Amino acid sequence: MESNRKNVPQGAHAATAGGAEPNYINAHKGIWSWMTTVDHKRLGLMYLVGVLGFFAVGGIFALLVRTQLLGPIFKGASGKQEWLFSGETYNKLFTLHGAVMVFLVIIPSIPASLGNFFLPLMLGAKDVAFPKLNLMSFYVYILGGAFLLFSIFTGAVDTGWTFYTPYSSTTSTSVVSAVLGVFILGFSSILTGVNFIVTIHKMRAPGLTWVRLPLFVWAQYATSLIQVLATPVLAITLMLLAIERTIGVGIFDPKLGGDPVLFQHFFWFYSHPAVYIMILPAFGVISEIITINSRKQIFGYKAIAMSSVAIAVIGFLVWGHHMFTSGQSELAAAVFSFLTFAVAVPTAIKTFSWVATMYGGSLRMNSAMWYAQAFLFLFTIGGLTGLFLGTLSVDIHLHDTYFVVAHFHYVMMGGTMTAFVGALHHWWPKMTGRMLNEFWGKVSCFFVFAGFNIAFFSQFVLGTKGMPRRYANYLPEFQYLHQISTIGSYLLGLGFFITLCYMIQSLINGEKAPPNPWGGRSLEWETDSPPIEHNFHHQPVVTHGPYEFPEIDHSQAPRGGH
Amino acid sequence: MNLGSALGNMMAQAANTASWWKPMQASSHAVAVDTLFNFIMYLCFFFFVLIVGAMVYFIVKYRRKGSGPERTSPIKGNHTLEIVWSVIPGILLVLIFAWGFKDWLAIAVVPANAMEVRVSGQKWNWTFTYPKDGIVSPDLVVPAGQTVKLVMTSTDVLHSFYIPDYRIKRDVIPGKYTVLWFKPEEEATHQIFCTEYCGAEHSNMLSKVKVMSSAKYEEWIANGGEEAGGAGVPLAEKGKKLWEQRGCVACHSIDGSKKVGPTWKGAFGTARQFADGSSLPAADENYMRESILVPNAKVVAGYPGVMPSYQGQLNDKQIEALIEFMKSLK
Ligand code: HEC
Ligand code: HEM
Ligand SMILES: [Cu+2]
Ligand SMILES: [Cu+2]
Repeated sequence: MESNRKNVPQGAHAATAGGAEPNYINAHKGIWSWMTTVDHKRLGLMYLVGVLGFFAVGGIFALLVRTQLLGPIFKGASGKQEWLFSGETYNKLFTLHGAVMVFLVIIPSIPASLGNFFLPLMLGAKDVAFPKLNLMSFYVYILGGAFLLFSIFTGAVDTGWTFYTPYSSTTSTSVVSAVLGVFILGFSSILTGVNFIVTIHKMRAPGLTWVRLPLFVWAQYATSLIQVLATPVLAITLMLLAIERTIGVGIFDPKLGGDPVLFQHFFWFYSHPAVYIMILPAFGVISEIITINSRKQIFGYKAIAMSSVAIAVIGFLVWGHHMFTSGQSELAAAVFSFLTFAVAVPTAIKTFSWVATMYGGSLRMNSAMWYAQAFLFLFTIGGLTGLFLGTLSVDIHLHDTYFVVAHFHYVMMGGTMTAFVGALHHWWPKMTGRMLNEFWGKVSCFFVFAGFNIAFFSQFVLGTKGMPRRYANYLPEFQYLHQISTIGSYLLGLGFFITLCYMIQSLINGEKAPPNPWGGRSLEWETDSPPIEHNFHHQPVVTHGPYEFPEIDHSQAPRGGH
Repeated sequence: MNLGSALGNMMAQAANTASWWKPMQASSHAVAVDTLFNFIMYLCFFFFVLIVGAMVYFIVKYRRKGSGPERTSPIKGNHTLEIVWSVIPGILLVLIFAWGFKDWLAIAVVPANAMEVRVSGQKWNWTFTYPKDGIVSPDLVVPAGQTVKLVMTSTDVLHSFYIPDYRIKRDVIPGKYTVLWFKPEEEATHQIFCTEYCGAEHSNMLSKVKVMSSAKYEEWIANGGEEAGGAGVPLAEKGKKLWEQRGCVACHSIDGSKKVGPTWKGAFGTARQFADGSSLPAADENYMRESILVPNAKVVAGYPGVMPSYQGQLNDKQIEALIEFMKSLK
């Protein structure tokens, strides 16, 4: 066997498909071998299961929230109609929905599951730099999730995912447990970030120069930088909040001599960069899916790679755009508004570049590509509506209304989650060794896309009309839009349910996947599907860029070129 | 069509009815905000059509058809194009920033001749105090054409004071004053929302701006904050209105059911046990008054001492009306 395997990267490695060597899934058996594994692929898979499980939990909370909003009509306090949930219950539901989705789903989604799985493979490495640390951050993640969900049984939290003081320092719900959960989750995030940074610096295969890195790796790199630099601020902030609640030291609560607005500065100093923790990995995924399915070089490799880094850096300086109504100084508000517009430029560059990449290509419209196009559509709306919110005078009207809710769902759900699901379709054959059903993949994409737009476009109108967010009931003039939105959310749920069904079907009796079903040129496609335990049979050597597909017609005068 | 009507909006003076997607424009500031909103929206339409249009066109044109040999273009980038699509959006963004900043400064700076009203946010209602006239009101009553300055603070957690028809909003913060101003143009009623999450009844923390002619406003002041015609209304009925408007409803039922606090049904004239062991044979006017102004002086047994004090937020007439209302609930 060994002799007929040439590890030149061009080789399509069909030779290993015989399965003589066990793959990472069946190399070791038994639950214990999974619980103590330091294999980045197994950990990636375990994170994936965790993230998808929490996504289902968060999704159920979301559907409950939307169902409540079908009904209640405010009829003056005395004749108030309560439908389904009381105000208290509703507040707990939206808090849990937000906290689960942000801290347990979106932040770890792409980096922890797919990043762990594919980063070492793309680098031609055997594992991440610190495999044991990797195992530890997985357990820290589970522990943090347990704390967060444990709070449900001790009265739940009703502060919103933002934990604004002094409400959070005075409410009787179990804030400390939830905050501790988020605090612990932060460590998982930091540890993963450190691990990736070192891995990318130190473990690239021979010949894999920085400009030959797949853009997914660049995106992970920028993300990890933010994770390492910003998350400690969140941890300290939440610690201060817990200290204030437990031993009554006045930090944020004015009754104890604290400053409630200080909390907002601290919180957004983390949480604005955190929105880039959420979106940059998605940018990386989209760069991969679009190039590989267009059979072309990415348009403007350097511009895309550098704009990720630029976004990561400027993203640290715009947190005040969440606080335009909080009474911060005029000068501060103006600077924050200006810098917010400055981040929009690199974001626009990326979007233009993805579309331009398809020009002159030969597009394979598989279900991953469908999801990537859905991403372009939805993220464009999400990013453009950010401009309304970055504009000082207009944001005064829109802040804390459904317009903001719609904006961040377009970028986080329409952007990050769509890219994540697209990435699952793209890399599923590599991870599981099975193909997904293409037909049902497109059906689910259709439902997700249509349902999402119905659910959230209506919320832009609601917000513009003045509907505030976090309301358990509302004035009659808002009802029809809320009902449209709720119907959309059911369609969206249906779309994801279909995805779940054919993923399970694929695991049971899906068609066997070849090592390189999409004809990719980056290193993860050069090993078996699923990969062997140690990733590669030989140390791979890289002699070309990640997107040098054989279909590219070099007889046409090459243009551009970085 | 909607585009057309939106464009019409842009040209129009203040629109004094709400459209299907925007609140009414009740001040010149609202017109300014909407004009910029529309400008950004048209730009967004343009870029959206450009991006998604190109995307759809490329999908149709370059979709892999049949099984012929695939040949793709070797393009890797184009410096001119990349500079164009960085610089043009860059310039537009600076323009939007400057425009938004200019309009925003106009809201941030309060004109000199403004009439001052104090606003207090409290879970879960608003109190408006007219310092000159010593009036306390659950609604914000103002004369048309008069610039109004709101000096706002909160007695508990964060709230945010939002009047969509004026397109203004400002957080209301405990231990700190924030300021907001507006100039009502016409006689009308406008909705006030709380937009900073503040707990169980956040969505019921509603109030109204009532813009009156100056003559009616003077009458309102002279009546001590009663609307004209209010004289004929029975005291108990006024009390019921206050019970709703001032948020007593969140904690006190009138049908005998137990909420955060004791029900008011049959509360008046009956015996009380207190948490400290003392008791009262019959709850009378003095006890009720004390309960409203200094709630923790006597805490009813079996209830938490969480009732906020209404000292300075309800005047004597209003307390009388509330007690009269309690008496009526047998
Ligand atoms: C946050 C909840 C809350 C709100 C709002 C509230 N109360 Fe109370 N109230 C209580 C609680 C709890 C008690 C019982 C404990 C005590 O006596 O302090 C109480 C007790 C009382 C009592 C004594 C009742 C009795 O049967 O002995 C009166 C009178 C009263 N409240 C009046 C009012 C009025 C008037 C308002 C509105 C202007 C109001 N409350 C708003 C919670 C509230
Ligand atoms: C061009 C890009 C973007 C711009 C200009 C922008 C601008 C803004 C502004 C100004 C706000 C504050 C609005 C308010 O509260 O009044 C906001 C809120 C928000 N944005 Fe963005 N944004 C952009 C992209 C993104 C991306 C990529 C994400 C995440 C993936 C994101 C996630 C959020 C979230 C979560 C909130 C609201 C948080 C909350 O209040 O709960 N945004 N955005
Ligand atoms: Cu932000
Ligand atoms: Cu509120």
